[in-house]
Amino acid sequence: MIGWLIGVLAVCAVMSPALAADPVTIGIGYLGQTGVKATLSFVELPSENDGIAGARLAIADNNTTGKFLNQQFKLDDIRLREGEDPAKAASELASRNAFIIADLPPTALLQAADAVRDTGTVLFNAGAADDRLREADCRANVIHIAPTRSMLADALAQYLVWKQWKRWLLVTGSHDSDKLEADAYRRAATRFGAKIVQERVFEDTGGARRTDSGVALIQKQIPVFTQQAPAYDVLIAADESEVFASYLPYRTWDARPVAGSAGLRPTSWDGAQDQWGAIQLQNRFMKLNSRRMTALDMQAWLATRMIGEAASRTNSGDGKAILAFLKTPEFSIAGFKGQRLTIRDWNLQLRQPVLLVDGRMVVSVSPQEGFLHQVSELDTLGIDRPESKCRLQ
Amino acid sequence: MMMRPAITRRFYVAGIAAWLGSMTPASAFLAYVSNEKSNTVSVIDTDSWTVTATIKVGQRPRGIELTRDGKAVLVAVGDDDTVQVIDVASQKVVDSLPSGPDPELFTQDAAGKILYVANENDNTVTVIDIEKRARIGDVQVGVEPEGMALSPDGKILINTSETTNMAHFIDTTTREIVANVLVDARPRYAEFKRDGSELWVSSEIGGTVSVIDPAKRVVVDKIEFAIPGLRREAIQPVGIGMTKDAKTAFIALGPANRIAVVDVASRKVTKYLLVGQRVWHVAFTPDEKYLLTTNGVSNDVSVIDVAAQKVIKTIQVGELPWGVAMPRP
Repeated sequence: MIGWLIGVLAVCAVMSPALAADPVTIGIGYLGQTGVKATLSFVELPSENDGIAGARLAIADNNTTGKFLNQQFKLDDIRLREGEDPAKAASELASRNAFIIADLPPTALLQAADAVRDTGTVLFNAGAADDRLREADCRANVIHIAPTRSMLADALAQYLVWKQWKRWLLVTGSHDSDKLEADAYRRAATRFGAKIVQERVFEDTGGARRTDSGVALIQKQIPVFTQQAPAYDVLIAADESEVFASYLPYRTWDARPVAGSAGLRPTSWDGAQDQWGAIQLQNRFMKLNSRRMTALDMQAWLATRMIGEAASRTNSGDGKAILAFLKTPEFSIAGFKGQRLTIRDWNLQLRQPVLLVDGRMVVSVSPQEGFLHQVSELDTLGIDRPESKCRLQ
Repeated sequence: MMMRPAITRRFYVAGIAAWLGSMTPASAFLAYVSNEKSNTVSVIDTDSWTVTATIKVGQRPRGIELTRDGKAVLVAVGDDDTVQVIDVASQKVVDSLPSGPDPELFTQDAAGKILYVANENDNTVTVIDIEKRARIGDVQVGVEPEGMALSPDGKILINTSETTNMAHFIDTTTREIVANVLVDARPRYAEFKRDGSELWVSSEIGGTVSVIDPAKRVVVDKIEFAIPGLRREAIQPVGIGMTKDAKTAFIALGPANRIAVVDVASRKVTKYLLVGQRVWHVAFTPDEKYLLTTNGVSNDVSVIDVAAQKVIKTIQVGELPWGVAMPRP
């Protein structure tokens, strides 16, 4: 590390004629929670550093660029334990940083945003997919990097409709977030001409996700649960809570594909994404973290890169100048998804293509060809300007 | 796509007329096309416009160029972390050069002795002695180095870095960076005007070509593109070819499936030529009568009549053609 630093200093010394401004340090806070989300699949258990690992890579990338501009980026990390106050932690981070990348549930995110509103601090929502944060509960100091549930559902729906799999059996979990995901699929079906032939609810009755004789039991339960359905083309699972969706593929009564929370999943990123130069990013991430890059890692990487990009374009470390630039129509960021990503000015949501993945490969990328839009085809994903309830203030 | 057969047919008439007029057979050259997915190089005879040979190379061939003496073709095979040497006479890979990891594009000095290679994976430009097959230096640059160009006087090497979004000016004597010019997102290709008075850098995601004054090292102009009926995001400039007289430039626009014809003096787009899908790179025949373009997604090469500014032919090559090389005009 010290050797590397000396190397950077040596390079800086050599390049001094090219340097314009005084050295600038740009601090970025990272506000997350301790603990990891439980998953049905053991191989999908998130790593302890899920998310922040992406921010760390982007800090390194920003610093490579920064050495040519005399800018240095630093990450300042706080993890909330159960019951700790997000507002207090956000204020603490805001006292040292103009930007905070947040991986928080919606209520905590709003508390954090409102606590630092008067300091001019900007939050980058890397973790919460809730549409309400971009709609009725939108905030002028929160930029959303994570795609919304409606963007993800629309991305999947466009592909299924293109595939002519228009009859959906919708199975929803019993938790609130599952219901919100189901809402997004209902909306997508209406928008793109699919039909939900029947809905079923999979009740969470508690119990362990990992047991010694789990498979035998599941193999009996799932066929029974999915039998006697009306004719359908694809089963859509809305199970953000990770209670049942991953049990569905290959076990349904009828031989039908599964999509949504299992099977073909819409996501902002996947370890299998290797197009549009992504292989370089994936290799850098692997080298730094000895694991594959997740959607949350990518969202944190993008947030950090957006700050870096705005800092180099404005040649400034000033939070206000950077935020102002992020909000201009000139701002765009390259995100290894084949086109520039820009910000929706009415709710500060990052426009982005959505990958459809099966856990091993990228099956497709939405928006699908033929879904047209007068402004940007990316706006065929999610709630569009005319429908938006957001009034930024 | 419906327009292409019509254009081709029109060419036949024009082309035959041109041939009859000169009454001498067009001089044949060989063009080398790297096929990123097939792991091959297609050899195209520019007289018959047919693929006369397909050469097996390493994994993921992209950047491709002839050596100055015309005896060898160099091709960067990124996934094998090397630059392979194809012997033109035997049309076989005979050797490899010690590039860094994941080489993509490279350029050589006027004497054909030194090769500068962009290594996407570790933020370096590698300097190689071609004859000795030896790595003689490295330059640390920005994130994901890609485009490479040498100033006509050989004093300045340009490297573009795709995630840092800069054109780095490297002094070829000291091998130190002397200036960094910020350009739009994902700069992929750099090309000097032959008199050294301008440097053009294409930005794939930014959708522009920056015109840089190499003396002042500032962006003096930006060329933008607008194609009716096409969304802005689909216009992604990559390869640039400029005629020797510096009057006309041809810029490949990626998934816009078009080549922009630009009047260099006014920096205005005069025409868009429809070619194949996701057009990557371009190369002139040495007589500058034709320009070849690699069309990544449609697996073919379009031939443009430079004087007529028309697409005259499409040639099927391997899968995902990426780079194209011919002896430099």
